[in-house]
Amino acid sequence: MKNSISQIKKALIEKKISVSELYDEYLAKAKSGNNNSFNLVIDRENNISSINDSQNRYDNGNPLLLDGIPLGIKDLFCTKGIRTTASSKILSNYIPNYESFVTQQLLNDGSIFIGKNNCDEFAMGSSNETSYFGPVINPWKNKNSQKDNLVPGGSSGGSAAAVAEGSCVASMGTDTGGSIRQPASLCGIVGLKPTFGSCSRWGIVAFASSLDQAGPLTNCVEDAAYVLNSINKHDFNDSTSSNHQREDYLVDINNSFEKKIKIGIPSDYLEDVSDDILNQIDNTKKALSKHGIEFVDVKFKTTEYALSTYYILAPAEASSNLARYDGIRYGVREDGESLDDIYLNSRTKGFGDEVTRRILIGAYVLSAGYYDAYYRQAQKVRRLIKNDFQRILNEVDFILTPTTPNEAFKIGDKLDPISMYKNDIYTVPTSLAGLPGISIPSGLSKNGLPLGVQFIGNYFEEKSLLQLAALAEKELSFNE
Amino acid sequence: MSNNWEMVIGLEVHAQLKTSSKLFSSSPNQFGSEPNENVNFIDSGMPGMLPVMNFGCIEMAIKTGYALNFKINKYSVFERKNYFYPDLPQGYQISQFEFPILSEGYINIDSGDNQKKIRIERAHLEQDAGKSIHDIDPKYSFIDLNRVGTPLLEIVSYPDLSSADEVINYMSSLRQLLMYIDVCDGNMQEGSLRADVNLSVRKKGQELGTRCEIKNLNSFKFIKQAIEYEFQRQINIIDGGGEIEQNTMLFDTSTGETRAMRSKEFSHDYRYFPDPDLLPVNLSQEQIDKIKPLVGELPQDKLNKYLDNYSLDKDIAKIIIAEKQNANLFEKMISESTVKPKFIAAWLVGDIFAFIKENNLEVNSLNDKTKDITDLLKLISDDVISNKAGKEILPKVLNGEGKPSELVKELGLEQVSDSGELEKIIDEALVGEEENILKFQGGSDRVLGYFVGKCLKATKGKGNPKLINKILLEKLKK
Repeated sequence: MKNSISQIKKALIEKKISVSELYDEYLAKAKSGNNNSFNLVIDRENNISSINDSQNRYDNGNPLLLDGIPLGIKDLFCTKGIRTTASSKILSNYIPNYESFVTQQLLNDGSIFIGKNNCDEFAMGSSNETSYFGPVINPWKNKNSQKDNLVPGGSSGGSAAAVAEGSCVASMGTDTGGSIRQPASLCGIVGLKPTFGSCSRWGIVAFASSLDQAGPLTNCVEDAAYVLNSINKHDFNDSTSSNHQREDYLVDINNSFEKKIKIGIPSDYLEDVSDDILNQIDNTKKALSKHGIEFVDVKFKTTEYALSTYYILAPAEASSNLARYDGIRYGVREDGESLDDIYLNSRTKGFGDEVTRRILIGAYVLSAGYYDAYYRQAQKVRRLIKNDFQRILNEVDFILTPTTPNEAFKIGDKLDPISMYKNDIYTVPTSLAGLPGISIPSGLSKNGLPLGVQFIGNYFEEKSLLQLAALAEKELSFNE
Repeated sequence: MSNNWEMVIGLEVHAQLKTSSKLFSSSPNQFGSEPNENVNFIDSGMPGMLPVMNFGCIEMAIKTGYALNFKINKYSVFERKNYFYPDLPQGYQISQFEFPILSEGYINIDSGDNQKKIRIERAHLEQDAGKSIHDIDPKYSFIDLNRVGTPLLEIVSYPDLSSADEVINYMSSLRQLLMYIDVCDGNMQEGSLRADVNLSVRKKGQELGTRCEIKNLNSFKFIKQAIEYEFQRQINIIDGGGEIEQNTMLFDTSTGETRAMRSKEFSHDYRYFPDPDLLPVNLSQEQIDKIKPLVGELPQDKLNKYLDNYSLDKDIAKIIIAEKQNANLFEKMISESTVKPKFIAAWLVGDIFAFIKENNLEVNSLNDKTKDITDLLKLISDDVISNKAGKEILPKVLNGEGKPSELVKELGLEQVSDSGELEKIIDEALVGEEENILKFQGGSDRVLGYFVGKCLKATKGKGNPKLINKILLEKLKK
């Protein structure tokens, strides 16, 4: 078990290690770059003043929430003065002159950035294979086939691999349809997607605005609460940022529930799944039943429509969100004889296949004559999916599902886009509903690969969701 | 030849709102800055930037709703209108489409001697684009993003207009109203108010023809020229056996001609959809009601007041209400003085406006001189000085050369209104005029004028003509 943030902070306070030593330990691993989990590792000299400031605060006895904690940041968060590419060729030379809201909070709380994590291009992918900077390799190996390189999941594959390989204590990801939870599951770590509207999207390269949400990938549930305490704040500059009262997510995290908890397991999610996956649900059920938690079967009416709804709405928004990458003001520009040629060449050469596919799908479903049949219809179905979740969450406190339908697969294995999209079958419905979801490691597959389960809570109920996840985590911890 | 033809016109007017910042960013909304000076990360479409609605624009739209008799919608939605152009950094314009903030309004305009009601289908808020400049360099185009994100209210009329004059009247009424309620500066030269003209022709009484849209006209002169040219162009095509293609046209200001920019076949598919970065606008009745008192008096209210309460002639009243600053100046003078409004109005539209025009001034620039002006008008209306003397002093007062009473003394223009003194002068003037006196008494009124003139001359023009008249009559009738 890796050290948690609270353990590291304790060691720093007790001077068992200095901020600088801690940083160097993680930096060395990040620099080795074995798994390609970083698009950019920040030079040590650029972090020296942060390291010294942090050490001073420890020396003065007033460390901040995340003081000195080395973090990885998905290369989708704009970081001032540090190249931000969204793992795309078209932004491969882009250096923002501003800091995203979320990363600014992390800096304000004393954390130190190791670098920018590799991810799928514009967060479009479930295996981190669409990155312009090459695939990320999952630090885990199939025990029956050790030489195969496996995917870490995606799109926050670099963020997940970096935490799993130990090149940062925690990392920031973004989740649009499962991009935090799915790679967390495949890399054997914790991944939290907060309720839509919790963490500001300001300064995050947009994929699908109505779904994108920032969240942490961590070694343990408590670490996720640490990061959430930092980043979960109202932001006036994001019109979809909720201004509800935020809670302290750490304060009760290790307490047991005062009231009786009921968890729903959607039986329709478990049809046609492998024993490996069924085992995860059973393990979790057994572990939590010991604590008096009740489990009931629930049935969604809309599950079968979720993926197609998602793959209309997300590309529609993406087709418009990515229009600004035209090679005119910033980013990579390709020459052309006419303005149209400049657009055509810059975008054709600047975007990879998956991004191009989704832009085309998005433009198609929004175009005259198809809008009503696709986009408008999908919006209506999204409403039904939301209502479906609401109905079930009126009956139960939480929902338990697998995070993924399978373990980590070989790089290059899932070339067909549809089978790739199916990897997000358990995470996409939650995203469409805007609900919070957390994936925690629940056990190993027959091949010795990590798998996770997902807990889904009600809107802005991250506090109890983390409490539940922490309880389950104690029972389910496994050795690497 | 065009006698049997009539034109059918609908107008899309873009009014730039007078907010201090842009529709979705905090950059200043002002004209005439250095290129790309008023541009922030949002305006330039940087990755991860998000729009935040400026509620001031909503308030201005509500005000417009009241002034143009619109239904003010509690629910409206900002959508994205997607197209590529270098002066559109986001790759889409944020606009309202399916759910505009205002719908079903109207205004009344003058049409010949009558009033005509022009129905307005909708008005919606949207962002302006930047400017592309193609004539600086043979090889490169230049982009100025200052205008990006400037708030526009697009006001879309029904095709209720049927002549260039009606279009001009409609446009100037709109301009007048928007300036009255202080939402638009009305400066057409700077592009604060622009129109797209949709025009089709038909034989009288027949069905609507195919329309063409002439884009982006920013002066009354160009609007009139473009309409007249396009009207004739369409007639010529039909008379020549052709058919009108539904085209988007540009007006060439140098030749006065319209020419096709793109045909319907190549028209954009804008792929509108609700902007997921923004929440729908949900207004409460209270929020809407709160704006009503801010609308203030509209031109028609003022016209009625001027006719009923101040007894102004309609023509004069109309000149004063034409622009809000005229009316403001007029009403300020009324409030500061006891001179009759009608008397003030006559001087305002006469000598005072003439002075403003001659000296190329803003009406507003006289706002701090109203006390001096009304002091002068008081001297005239009280017969302390003659009308003629008043005209002589006015420019000096407007130039700030002195107070009216001082100027009167300095220039020796005070009227002789001392009846004893005038009586003496009249008596002297009547000496040796027995023949003319008899003529007057015999019924010749003309002689009175002769006597008045003689007396005035004797006072070197300073005698109060009314008083001279009165005393003369008394004496002559004896």
